[in-house]
Amino acid sequence: MSQASQAGKPARIGTPRQDAALAEILGEYKHEKGALIPVLQKTQEVYGYVPREAMARISQDLKVPMSKLYGIATFYAQFHLKPRGENIIRVCQGTACHVRGGARILEAVQKELGIKPGETTPDLRFTIEPVACLGACGLSPVMMVNDDTYGRLTPEMVSEILARYARAAESA
Amino acid sequence: MDKWEIVIGMGTCGIAAGAKETMAAIEAELARRKIKAEIIQTGCIGMCEQEVLVDIRRNGEGTVTYGRISRDRVPRLIEEHVVNNRVVAEWAICRPELEATGTEGAVVVGGAAATRGKSPAPKVDLPAGYADLIPFDQLPFLRKQKRLVLRNCGAMDPEVIDQYIARGGYEALKKALKMKPADVVAEVKLSGLRGRGGAGFPTGLKWETTANAPGTKKYVVCNADEGDPGAFMDRSVLEGDPHSVIEGMSIAACAIGADEGYIYCRAEYPLAIKRLYLAIDQATGKGFLGKNVLGTGFNFTLKIKEGAGAFVCGEETALLTSIEGNRGMPRPRPPFPAVKGLWGAPTNINNVETYANIPWIITEGGAAFAAIGTEKSKGTKVFALAGKIKNTGLAEVPMGITLREVVYDIGGGVQGDKAYKGVQIGGPAGGCLPTQLLDLPVDYESIVQAGAIMGSGGLIVLDENTCMVDLARFFLTFTQNESCGKCTPCREGTKRMLEILNKITRGEGEPEDLTRLEELGQAIRDTSLCGLGQGAPNPVLSTLRYFRHEYEAHINQKRCPAGVCTALLDYRIDAEACKGCGVCKKVCPTGAITGELKQAHVIDGEKCIKCGACIEKCKFNAIEKG
Repeated sequence: MSQASQAGKPARIGTPRQDAALAEILGEYKHEKGALIPVLQKTQEVYGYVPREAMARISQDLKVPMSKLYGIATFYAQFHLKPRGENIIRVCQGTACHVRGGARILEAVQKELGIKPGETTPDLRFTIEPVACLGACGLSPVMMVNDDTYGRLTPEMVSEILARYARAAESA
Repeated sequence: MDKWEIVIGMGTCGIAAGAKETMAAIEAELARRKIKAEIIQTGCIGMCEQEVLVDIRRNGEGTVTYGRISRDRVPRLIEEHVVNNRVVAEWAICRPELEATGTEGAVVVGGAAATRGKSPAPKVDLPAGYADLIPFDQLPFLRKQKRLVLRNCGAMDPEVIDQYIARGGYEALKKALKMKPADVVAEVKLSGLRGRGGAGFPTGLKWETTANAPGTKKYVVCNADEGDPGAFMDRSVLEGDPHSVIEGMSIAACAIGADEGYIYCRAEYPLAIKRLYLAIDQATGKGFLGKNVLGTGFNFTLKIKEGAGAFVCGEETALLTSIEGNRGMPRPRPPFPAVKGLWGAPTNINNVETYANIPWIITEGGAAFAAIGTEKSKGTKVFALAGKIKNTGLAEVPMGITLREVVYDIGGGVQGDKAYKGVQIGGPAGGCLPTQLLDLPVDYESIVQAGAIMGSGGLIVLDENTCMVDLARFFLTFTQNESCGKCTPCREGTKRMLEILNKITRGEGEPEDLTRLEELGQAIRDTSLCGLGQGAPNPVLSTLRYFRHEYEAHINQKRCPAGVCTALLDYRIDAEACKGCGVCKKVCPTGAITGELKQAHVIDGEKCIKCGACIEKCKFNAIEKG
């Protein structure tokens, strides 16, 4: 920290706590080879997405060109360059879910939230993320909200499940 | 005092079915009744259809497995079984402890190792109705299975290494450490084990090449990037028995002379990753991993790399590039990873299921493994049964079993009263096999000859309501989306194929489109850089081969025989059957249905978006589509 302030305080990216966490991640991976993907994953854990400024900081500290980081971040579906909602919904679009009506679950989620896959509600509460397969094919159709998996879904169940997360956000 | 144990299946499938809520309800019910019981979590035993699965036993005996235990069934279950010592017959599936049935290869699930084989006379009063239950290995779902890879899944707590050790875990590693590395390789060669990730390359040969490759630094890598939609056996093994994979990798490392390893696991499997971290910590603590393993001087450290959501990373060269921290794009082979892999060093890369076979092979011997299966396909294969099948779940069967046995004897046939149409096997690079191939033996060569691939073992059952053109389009959408873009045939070719398929499902197809699809498909298959591109046309080519009439119906008659492709559907109300109840009018999201109460209703084709909501709600089957 003190070193950074001597060299001119770096611009703020998120909250001070988030920025400190990023500094710690960079320290931890500085000497590890092949670390760019875990560094981006941890950065995303801290900020909820990968802010451009954070990428610039990583580029500077780990001495990799920004273009390379951008290349990696846009290659993998997991990375997001825009802020996402507090709750991430992944409706499985795998084969088993496809033949058992997964598309109708996705439609119900879209209708409930008024957004499309890849979009975030204006209040930043929910993001729908496309996902290929969640690997719970035996209980298809399936969706995940954050780390919770729900199986044997019908379109009618969707609004009740989403309401739980909306309520949790309100009471928090 | 009696010692009650309640075991809950806590794999992702169980959790998706509500295992956490069931567990909370059990805890609450026990607390309310002031009953002391140990609650144990276990991995998936493969009966996804029956989740949430709960085992109850007293003083280590009289275990009863219950299925579909939702939270509201808990109070009655505890009252009947625990308080009144009576089996709740309508929810009970089986009694997992083996009595004198002794089917070869059957493994006890639920009980401790002590319940293997013949049970001595029970010391407790067995619950009333216990004797009427079917033994575990006699369940239709399990009778034809042979569980080597899944030997521990659902039978122990995967978060407790001592339970793995109690079931013979790490004995194979100890044995391998006493053998000459070349003898370990020879044993694996003798077993005839072939890669379970899809291509079926002989594992022993791969190990030998890596062992003989020049270089002092070598790596062992586990491909746990199970990306095929419809496959979940690797997730189940990692969640239910992570140590068997770690042990298999350690044996590989000692055989080829590696001291470092990586497990590349997809990020969509958070529970598998959590259990792997825990298992590596515990194995390191016990001296099975790390420096100077078990005092033998052998060093092996294992790290986890989380994937970041790219299907192509399941291709081995792309996976290695991704571990190195780059965009996961494949490169031409040779050189093969066995010679030039991770950071240029010789690298042995196998998939989860392959490694999970290794401890069994080392303990029981390569010859015992080779005795199972067919001439060229040895051992067992785990299939993920899903789609329109009654018993969804994981089935491990000896190679050479027929599709019919898998689908009907184990899987229980098609869900509901629909007609069987075929299976999709092998994921996005696989193909669809029709009814007339039900007696095809399941082995690498037979499946390839039929136009599909073994792949990772996803087996999706299709019924009359599945449109094969739509299914082909589904896979092409997937592969086109996941194409990394490095080589032109895959990048451009899959896009063109998808455009043609979209056109056909919209009702704009022309007869020449089928020849175009075939020509394009052949070219992409022959010229793509990696397995993703080479396999991508397979779902289209195999459906063209066996279900051409469905394509023709879409093109010539502008009709979707399965009633799936919405652009080709019309919804009509049968005026005779309609009672005018108005339910359909209420549920229609676009106001396309009109009619007076107690009069026949009509659908306005212009406004109808073909969502099908009305059909589902109509109690009189008055709405038709087609």
